[in-house]
Amino acid sequence: MSGLHELSAKQALAGLRAGKISSVELTRAYLERIEQHNPRLNAYLYVSAESALQAAAAADKQYAKARRSKGGKLPALLGLPIAVKDVLAVAGMPATCGSRILENFVPSYTATSVQRLLDAGVVVLGKTNTDEFAMGSSTENSAYGVTRNPWDETRVPGGSSGGSAAAVAARLAPVALGTDTGGSVRQPAAFCGLTGLKTTYGRVSRYGLVAFGSSLDTVGVLARDAADAGLILKVMGGYDPQDATTVEKTPKLEKPSGRSLKGLKIGVPKEYFIEGLSAEVENGVREGIRQLEALGAKAVPVSLPHTEYALPVYYIIAPAEASANLARFDGVRYGLRVVQDDLIEMFKRSRGAGFGPEVKRRIMIGSYALSAGYYDAYYGQAQKVRALIRRDFDNVFKKVDIIAAPSTPSTAFRIGAHGNDPLEMYLEDVFTLPANLAGVPGLCVCAGFDGQGLPIGLQMLGPHFADERLLAVAAAYQKVTDWHKQGPAL
Amino acid sequence: MRLTKEDVEHIALLARLHLSEEEKERYGEQLSNILEHVGKLQELDTTDVPAMASIVVERSRLRPDEPAAAMLRADLLANAPEASDEQFKVPPVLDGGP
Repeated sequence: MSGLHELSAKQALAGLRAGKISSVELTRAYLERIEQHNPRLNAYLYVSAESALQAAAAADKQYAKARRSKGGKLPALLGLPIAVKDVLAVAGMPATCGSRILENFVPSYTATSVQRLLDAGVVVLGKTNTDEFAMGSSTENSAYGVTRNPWDETRVPGGSSGGSAAAVAARLAPVALGTDTGGSVRQPAAFCGLTGLKTTYGRVSRYGLVAFGSSLDTVGVLARDAADAGLILKVMGGYDPQDATTVEKTPKLEKPSGRSLKGLKIGVPKEYFIEGLSAEVENGVREGIRQLEALGAKAVPVSLPHTEYALPVYYIIAPAEASANLARFDGVRYGLRVVQDDLIEMFKRSRGAGFGPEVKRRIMIGSYALSAGYYDAYYGQAQKVRALIRRDFDNVFKKVDIIAAPSTPSTAFRIGAHGNDPLEMYLEDVFTLPANLAGVPGLCVCAGFDGQGLPIGLQMLGPHFADERLLAVAAAYQKVTDWHKQGPAL
Repeated sequence: MRLTKEDVEHIALLARLHLSEEEKERYGEQLSNILEHVGKLQELDTTDVPAMASIVVERSRLRPDEPAAAMLRADLLANAPEASDEQFKVPPVLDGGP
């Protein structure tokens, strides 16, 4: 059977259940495409071909057995291949985090999010490229080379989950896990024409995710459509004793059902339509909002007055947390060691040699912001302004059900475009950072293409634990549009 | 505020980062620009705003304090740059070490 890679995760699972396709065929189809296209795209850093085929064969056996015995409950995602961002631990596979410092690190344990998917029967195809320790918006900060955007290989796929995004867009995986600390799922989803879900803080366990900014880090999904993202969320979410921020009971929020969005109120924040937003992206996003209105929703202007402070708040809090989290890389228990006679010198040389420029920069900013004499002015003030940003969202969600806005100021930029100025790169995340600061869920869907054929992302934000609401709105949108069905010509 | 070379060296020591002379200069410049940008936060009067300590909406629950299976020592040591006698090996910490 040809074209197996064209099936969505949902379609592939239906085919597997019906016995029309086998997991081995499906897995092999993806492995062949990876072999063909990954050398150019560099979406995967590690391909687990052998263990994937073994897992696929085991899944096929389970299907055959269930068919013979006519029944028995099968795991929800049995035989479905997935890709995993290289900041999540999968036992026995490397977890480089895109860093030299973890070049030879092979964790002996598996992240809870991945373990739940494995328990539900998925087949892990491999680990995908990322900006070093998820710090970046382009994968250009990976120590293992940039990932190329399948829509235009001279451009970045976005980041930090750029490898996962490129893999799903290029049909080198049906679906992939990413992580989102400041936009790292939504921005690459926008750049690659995908559906990207950043989950509510507390919804998915971060156990086994190499920590970057612990009050911001979330695990998310890159998928071809909202239905596929929903399948993954359903399995990997929920309370985990290993991550005390996960919640036991997720509040059940109202959500639209089916094609109609009648009664849904959408807030359109004026602070997200500012100078610097490209006209083509703005048009695409506004057209997307009109489409939602055509389905019965009502769009109203809203204001999130502290939006302009999100970037400075983020670039204090995230580096501060990163400087603490990354203190563990000291050349003692794992990772690179530069041998020295003196212990402190060993720490300094190992870290100096193992970390790349952006990671060093953020560790330096964070260490400074937390240092004696500066803590109150920087970190303390940032935590207060963060409370104001959170309050903005709380106020708006008293009036509307979701927010709709652009995901990014522009479509995918060229590799090297922001090479010399870190601040310029930081501005790429200006529309995605606020959701992480407030802990609310966000979803990006493809809402069209610009004049150069590059995808435009429409971002939706919801109140805490409205993940399913966002997915339902996106699903309704994707029933009447076909942007999400388009793929790049490779 | 512009960071001096001494500032950069002090921060690098706090962060346990060895930097080359070229890096010190570059990061001094870049960090100064970033700090200038985040200085925007000082515009806001936050006297009456409580600092946000946690963004967890629901009250989190501690797990029961019960012993559970731990990771295997051999697995953990397998990733160590240097290990001996079931321990991580590091350069001498105290004077008069081997």
